[in-house]
Amino acid sequence: MNPVTKRPESLVDIPTHYCPGCGHSVVHRLIAETMDELDIRKRTICIAPVGCAVFADKYFNCDAIQGAHGRGPAIATGLKRSRPDTIVFSYQGDGDLASIGMAEIVHAAARGENITVIFINNTIYGMTGGQMAPTTLVGQVATTAPKGRNEKLQGNPINVSEMLSQLKSAKYIERVSVDTPQNVMKAKKAIKKAFQNQIDGVGFSFIEVLSICPTNWGVEPLKALEFLRTKMMTQYPLGVFKDEGKKEEGK
Amino acid sequence: MAEKELKKGNEALAEGAIRAGCRFFAGYPITPQNEVPEYMSWRQEEVGGAFVQAESEIAAINMIYGAAATGVRAMTSSSSPGVSLKQEGISYMAGADLPCLIVNMMRGGPGLGNIAGAQGDYMQATRGGGNGDYRLIVLAPNSVEELGNFPKLAFELSEKYRVPAMILADGILGQMMEGMSYNFEPVDPKTLPAKPWALGINDGTRAKNMISSYGLAEGELEKMILKRAERYALIERDEVRFEERFTEDAEVVIVAYGISARASMAAVNALRKEGIKVGLLRPITLWPFPTKKIAQLADKCKAMLCAEMSLGQMITDVKLAVNGKIPVHLYAKPGAFFPIAEDIETAVKSILTGKKDFLFNLSDLAEKADNTCHKPENKICKEGTLL
Repeated sequence: MNPVTKRPESLVDIPTHYCPGCGHSVVHRLIAETMDELDIRKRTICIAPVGCAVFADKYFNCDAIQGAHGRGPAIATGLKRSRPDTIVFSYQGDGDLASIGMAEIVHAAARGENITVIFINNTIYGMTGGQMAPTTLVGQVATTAPKGRNEKLQGNPINVSEMLSQLKSAKYIERVSVDTPQNVMKAKKAIKKAFQNQIDGVGFSFIEVLSICPTNWGVEPLKALEFLRTKMMTQYPLGVFKDEGKKEEGK
Repeated sequence: MAEKELKKGNEALAEGAIRAGCRFFAGYPITPQNEVPEYMSWRQEEVGGAFVQAESEIAAINMIYGAAATGVRAMTSSSSPGVSLKQEGISYMAGADLPCLIVNMMRGGPGLGNIAGAQGDYMQATRGGGNGDYRLIVLAPNSVEELGNFPKLAFELSEKYRVPAMILADGILGQMMEGMSYNFEPVDPKTLPAKPWALGINDGTRAKNMISSYGLAEGELEKMILKRAERYALIERDEVRFEERFTEDAEVVIVAYGISARASMAAVNALRKEGIKVGLLRPITLWPFPTKKIAQLADKCKAMLCAEMSLGQMITDVKLAVNGKIPVHLYAKPGAFFPIAEDIETAVKSILTGKKDFLFNLSDLAEKADNTCHKPENKICKEGTLL
C-alpha cells in the first residue's frame, strides 16, 4: 500500500511544545512540505524568532539561527548577502515582527531583500502570557488590556500586509489563514510561492498567516476558530496584496 | 620596511579590514566614524563582498550576526551612542560564540555628548556591555598604523576563540592622518580554514548546524557559560598584549591606552630629559588586561598614574592589579578633551612632590561641591559621601 502522506523530511522527528489548537504546528508542516517539494532543505537556513516559535530552530531539519526579538529580517539580510546560494526564511510572530521588529521588516522589504518571511498573526503575545500585540483587535481582551483594547488609549491594530504592500521593492505579499482545510491548502500554495520566488530571485516575499491562540485567548479551539473567522478576518481580510513575481505557467 | 603612506585613521582601518578578508560590512552613519562605511560602500563591491547601510545600529549588528553565522569575516563600526544600541546584538553574538569585529570610534558622552574623541566607553567594552556574562576581546590602537593592522589581529583572535572582538579607538585616531603601512599581505578569504560550525549548504555530510545563545533546559545555560569561560581563561593567559617604555627604572609608571598613550609618551620623553624616572605601560589588549605586568611593575615603582579621557575607568583595572601596593593616581580628561602632555608632566611631578596639580580625585570634587551648591544640611547620607 502506498502511503498518501508522511512526515516531511524537513521536519525533525521530535514532539513540538506548541499548545493544542495552535496554528504554529500547521504552518511548520506547510513550510517543511514546501522545502521537501522544492528540494531546498540542504540549502535552507531558518531564522527562529523570540516567542512561541523560538524552538523552530530545533524543529526544522535544516541549518538554523535563533535571533533577538524582531531582528529576523536583519539577520536574514546578513545571511543572504553573505551566502546568496542559500534559501533564507524568517519565521516571526506579531509581537516580534509588528512591534519590536517593525523597523527591520519595513527596511528589509524596502531594500527588496531576496528572502522569505512567514508572519504568524494571532493577535497576541503568546510566550509571555497573552499581552496586547500591535495586531490585537479593538475590544479584544489581553493581560495588559484587561478591559479590551481601547481605540482611544491603544489605537487600532496594524495591518502589516497592507502596509508593506506600499513598498515598491516588496514583490509578493499575501495574507492567508489556517482555520479550515481549504484555507490550509491555500496557505500552502502561498508559502510555496514565497519560497519559489526566492529561488527565482524575484525578491522580498511575505506571507501573513492568521492563526489562533486558544491558550492565551482563553477559549476552546473551536471558539477560537470562530473568532478568527468572524472577527480577525474582518480586520485582516485574506488575499493577495501584491504579486510582482514570476507568473505561474498556464494561468 | 614597507613604504609608509599618508592615511586617515578611519580609512586605514577600513582598508585594513578589507585586507584582513572582511567581506561583509553593515553600518549606520554616525560621526566620527563615517569614513568607514563610506569607504566600505565602494570597496566591498570591488572585492566581491557585501555592504549594507542599515536602517539602524541594531539592524547593523544583527546583520553582522547573520553574516558571521555563515563564517564570513563580518564587521560593523560605530561610535559611542551607536555602540550602546548595538549591545543587544553583541550580547547575542557572544552568547552564540560568533567571531566578528565591532569598531567603536569613541566620542564624548553620556547621551549625545559631542563628536570629539573620548575614552568613556572603556567599562562598556571590557565588561561585555550588554546583558549576561560575557567578554569581548578588546584591542586599543594608538596610531593610524595600528588602526590599519589591528583588524587582521582582531579577526584572527576572534575566530581562534570564537569570541567577538572589538577595536576600541576614538574620534581623534579615526580622524587624524599620519604615515602608516600594512604589515601583512592581503588575505584571500578563500584560503582561510573552513568553519565547521557555519551555516550554509549542507551536502549531507554533516548534521544540521545551529547558531543560538539560548539554553532553556535546566543547567544547560550554566554548562554553556562555563565552557565559554574556559576560552576566556585561555585568552587571559595567552593573549595579553602591551607596550612598555622606560619602565625598567621608573619611579612613576604612567598607564594609558590609545591616543592618551601618545600624549603620555610625549610627557615621558620630556620628563626623562629632566632626569625624572618615569615610564609608560600601554595596554594594547584592554581585555585581556595586562594585570600581571602591572602587578610586577607595582613591585618596582613608587606610584602609578592613569591618563584617561574619562572620569577614570581603566584605573579600576589598574587598581585591581596593583592591589593596594602603591598609590594609583588619575589624570582625567572627560568630555572629549584631548590630554595635554605638559599637564601629564605636571601630574607626574605632583605625585613625586605630594602636590595635587592635575591629579584628579573624586573626593576633592565632593569637597568643592559641598562648598558651592550642596549644603551639608541637605545631605541625607552623612557618612562622608554625597548621595
